[in-house]
Amino acid sequence: MHGTKAIYLRELGAYVRSPLGWVIAAVLLLVDGILFQTQALSGQQLSAIVLERFFWSTSGVVMIASIALSIRLIAEERQNHSIVLLTTSPVRDAAIVAGKFFAALTFLGIVLALSLYMPLMIKVNGKVTAAQIAVGYTGLMMLGAASLAIGIFASSLTRQQLVAAVLGAAMLTLMVMLFPLAKRVDAPLRDILSELDLWWVHYQNGFMRGILNLKDVIYYVAVTYFFLLLSVKTLEAKRWH
Amino acid sequence: MIRVNNLSKFYGGKRALGPVDFEIADGETVGFLGLNGAGKTTALRILACDLRPSSGTVNVGGIDAIANPHDVRKRIGFLPENPPLYADMAVTDYLKFAAELRGMSKAEIKRRMPDVLDVTDLTLVSNEVISTLSHGFRQRVGVAQAIIHQPKFLILDEPTRGLDPVQIVEMRNLIHDLKQNHTVLISSHILTEISQTCDRLLVLGAGQLLGAGTEAELVGSKSDVRTITIAVKFAALPDDPRAAMQALLQAVDGVTDVGVPYEQAGAYTFALSTTRDCRADVSRAVVAGKHDLLKLDYTRSELENTFIRMVGVPASSGATAQGANDARN
Repeated sequence: MHGTKAIYLRELGAYVRSPLGWVIAAVLLLVDGILFQTQALSGQQLSAIVLERFFWSTSGVVMIASIALSIRLIAEERQNHSIVLLTTSPVRDAAIVAGKFFAALTFLGIVLALSLYMPLMIKVNGKVTAAQIAVGYTGLMMLGAASLAIGIFASSLTRQQLVAAVLGAAMLTLMVMLFPLAKRVDAPLRDILSELDLWWVHYQNGFMRGILNLKDVIYYVAVTYFFLLLSVKTLEAKRWH
Repeated sequence: MIRVNNLSKFYGGKRALGPVDFEIADGETVGFLGLNGAGKTTALRILACDLRPSSGTVNVGGIDAIANPHDVRKRIGFLPENPPLYADMAVTDYLKFAAELRGMSKAEIKRRMPDVLDVTDLTLVSNEVISTLSHGFRQRVGVAQAIIHQPKFLILDEPTRGLDPVQIVEMRNLIHDLKQNHTVLISSHILTEISQTCDRLLVLGAGQLLGAGTEAELVGSKSDVRTITIAVKFAALPDDPRAAMQALLQAVDGVTDVGVPYEQAGAYTFALSTTRDCRADVSRAVVAGKHDLLKLDYTRSELENTFIRMVGVPASSGATAQGANDARN
């Protein structure tokens, strides 16, 4: 798609140039390191359990960081009026959203790569495989992608970043709470809500334990696509206002 | 050629523009003139394919702008009221980004960049980060992004907004340079800017097209009222100076009204509404009455008066004061 690469490189550059990107990266790694030290490494445990705990705590940090990384992507452009450059250029709205999404995902991937020393320490001192670590990181990236897509959708709804943050966090929390909610209702609604849950069913029971299910991959791709599509449609709809 | 037919835009249930019809020929520089809220920005945003109209058709260079906005965007450069800048980028990086969005290759950008920096006088600040630039330079960067892809049509929404007098002159000169190679549309509520820059004017008021034509045509079509200002020192001060002047000028053909005078150092200044240039008759009548004629000015109805009459705002309203003040800026 024409324009996606240019927007991708600009947004990635914006993360690197702005203190915000580095602050989010530093906080993510700091909190992740503290949780690893206090949660995963507490007491005598099997190395597989330690790795699970690492991916458990990191997933929470990834969801929060994803919202923080994504809320500015469209809201800030509206606030600064720079979005007019994009909307009056021969670039499709899908290309705008895709460029911004992949830039945020790349930055998240770079930051996650910097956390790799923790599972490597577990591998060196315990009995976990590289495949377990790879599956866990794949899950983190997929969870991050879905969370970024939710954040971008929230960002497309308003020009106020604070409002976008609240909206994004609320949508993400709702998606994570679907499984606990499902346990309180009867079938078939219970099954539907369970399958739509963002974390418990598809991450905790799959990727976090080193299990790669095609169903989980499809779920995260679908959620990501759905919210990115909503973002594109929101951008299109704004042209009518 | 830009051809607009029956164009309307509603925000919710409120009509912001239209229905309006107009045409702009290739090579023309056309000014959109109107008070704040007249629909200028809405019209320009629709022409720039940033906003979809509620109804009507827009044809830009033979292309339907509503059915094929992408093709039209390639041919248009747009400087909105607030320049669409990324404050964290250096000037050249930003312009490269804008050029890439318009589909220019690296080689084309490399060839074009020096010319754009030269035309917009940005060469000295080309490596500066945009956030460190003054408002005038930022506005120039905004113009640079609009022309980098050599569009046929250039749309400038309030290009001198917020500029100081020196920067306004510089921007005006820049627009004069741009007129050589582009069809230019400019919106403004500042009459001097529009009248000095544009070949033709489109006057908008409350979303409607109130008039179109050259400045001379607009002024000529509405120039039935002329004003003669006189300052008179009466030989013997009358009880009612206005009534005395009305009586004195009663026989002068063309004088339709004598305004309420103001007094300064014993002289009374009157504004006379006339239907023709009757200065000679007025001066003769005053002198014949044995009064001293200290001043005599004649003003035809100029663009400012024409504009205020066209937008139809009562002279006593605050809106007129605002509009007139803006118009004088």
